Amino acid sequence: MSETDNYETAASRDGDFASFDDHKKGLLGHFHNALHTNPALVPLIVLVAAVIGFGILLGSRFLSPFALTLILQQVQIVGVLAAAQTLIILTAGIDLSVGAIAVLTSVIMGQFTFRYGIPAPVSVVIGLGVGTALGAVSGWLVSRVKLPPFIVTLGMWQIVLAANYLYSANQTIRSQDIEAEAPFLHFMGVKLQFAGATFTLGVIVMVLLVLILAYALKSTAWGRHVYAVGDDPEAAQLAGVNVHGTLMSVYMLAGFICALAGWVMIGRFGSVSPSATTGVIGNIQAITAVVIGGISLFGGRGSILGAFFGALIVGVFELGLRMAGADPQWTFLLIGVLIIAAVAVDQWIREVSS
Amino acid sequence: MSVEPILKGRNLVKRYGKVTALDHCDFDLLPGEILAVIGDNGAGKSSLIKAVSGAVIPDEGEVFLEGRKVNFRSPIEARAAGIETVYQTLAMSPALSITDNMFMGREIRKPGFRGKYLRQLDKPAMEKFARDKLSELGLMTIQNINQAVETLSGGQRQGVAVARAAAFGSKVIILDEPTAALGVKESRRVLELILDVKSRGIPIILISHNMPHVFEVADRIHVHRLGRRLCVIDPKEHSMSDAVAFMTGAKEPPAEAVAA
Ligand SMILES: Nc1ncnc2c1ncn2[C@@H]1O[C@H](COP(=O)(O)OP(=O)(O)OP(=O)(O)O)[C@@H](O)[C@H]1O
Ligand SMILES: [Mg+2]
Repeated sequence: MSETDNYETAASRDGDFASFDDHKKGLLGHFHNALHTNPALVPLIVLVAAVIGFGILLGSRFLSPFALTLILQQVQIVGVLAAAQTLIILTAGIDLSVGAIAVLTSVIMGQFTFRYGIPAPVSVVIGLGVGTALGAVSGWLVSRVKLPPFIVTLGMWQIVLAANYLYSANQTIRSQDIEAEAPFLHFMGVKLQFAGATFTLGVIVMVLLVLILAYALKSTAWGRHVYAVGDDPEAAQLAGVNVHGTLMSVYMLAGFICALAGWVMIGRFGSVSPSATTGVIGNIQAITAVVIGGISLFGGRGSILGAFFGALIVGVFELGLRMAGADPQWTFLLIGVLIIAAVAVDQWIREVSS
Repeated sequence: MSVEPILKGRNLVKRYGKVTALDHCDFDLLPGEILAVIGDNGAGKSSLIKAVSGAVIPDEGEVFLEGRKVNFRSPIEARAAGIETVYQTLAMSPALSITDNMFMGREIRKPGFRGKYLRQLDKPAMEKFARDKLSELGLMTIQNINQAVETLSGGQRQGVAVARAAAFGSKVIILDEPTAALGVKESRRVLELILDVKSRGIPIILISHNMPHVFEVADRIHVHRLGRRLCVIDPKEHSMSDAVAFMTGAKEPPAEAVAA
């Protein structure tokens, strides 16, 4: 068959058929590109601007080591929960149960120590195990039973919160009792101070957690798989990713991190209370941080550093506005604006794909 | 048949609800050959190659690789056995880079402590490999091997997918319409690559609607019709119009070809 037409041979062998030129020109184009490769850039800019803004407005009252580290302490629980939320959202899921799991596991850590006399470190390990197991249940329902993550974790949220009240019989364990009998439960609240700055171990754990996860997501195969699964699970499966294994690992790790947040809560609040507000609003707070952090709710895009900056932005606004004497409603109003703006920016960044 | 096929399907059935995509289909790929699979849209070509590459599990029938029965439950297992596939949908993660996509599921880790305990990826090694493979295919991408796949044109994406399969396939390479989105020049590169892979002794399954391409490179042509193999013809003994006539049912296939 001599069907090989001449027009094909006319195509020269040498020319590159794909020159990977950047077609975007100008400052905006470069900015667009920078955002595409560094999605944490926007929240970082907003964070720095907010700190500078409140610094100008409030002076050294705000820009003191004390106030700035106070922000870290105030966001430590949400920051840890946001790390868990980030993992789930990167897989194109959502987790409404993060706060409830944190509260239940803090109650388990407390009650196991006080009700059954189990040594506090063992109770903490059990709490972390329960968090991981709850994550595994959600992960299995999402990955194997193919239920939508929203539904699974909506149910899980209610179940865990109710179990928390039932199991604790609505009892609070007082801070003094913990201090006297099981100080290990307060471990995350241990304070390190220098030059007016105060860091709790909970804050340090939050920062380390974010850094470790940032490394794992960027520089390990597991991290690449998390993004691939969030991007397009079918493509990931065909390309040779163990999608089920990846989803299970993400949900279990998120459950573990929520339990870690439970331990941080005991350090922060002193007492163990089943009715801590984290159980009810922790999920929304974590989602807010993640969204302001520029992580796409459609999955597969964004950086965990962004979520961390998102949590800090909320903390800066809360403290700054409070110091400025503004009605707290202003905080919510501005956070609302930031959420919508962040998603608009996300859409703009994604435009490149169409 | 005197030679043992390297990849063989027998009596394969795949149903999607009421649709029977594969209807007791047989399939043979001989060592070292380029086998083209042609057929109308919806004839079941993609379903066939998915059934032999682990992407779908056939409801009935058996698959043999080098004479041994295999039961691939996922593409990962088929890949581990040396079967590399470019799916029609390309199976790429748009937000990830070219390098990430080429090494998806078979990432290279750094040597020593950082790779073993910190599980750190060896990005420079992967980038170099990806760049080399794309250059071989004429997909020069010196500065931007790390750009997201979604920023590539459809043809460029297809090129990356073909490069990935050609780079890693050790026993069988399956290409489901690899030139569908490609321009004249790019298609030519892919055909050259196919012949190059063949010269390395690796057999290829090529699904294509482009008859000139099929007749140019194929050693045998599997004509697929209504979910099964209608006949296998030799491109040197039949014309393109014959092939199209068999494919569409306008003409009865030759008796000896049906037996094949
Ligand atoms: N995932 C699926 N769910 C339901 N039906 C499917 C699915 N995949 C394929 N089919 C059906 O199976 C039949 C064969 O499809 P297949 O994709 O194998 O055809 P094809 O020969 O590859 O066609 P084309 O040339 O258009 O790629 C079609 O009728 C199609 O609608
Ligand atoms: Mg097809």
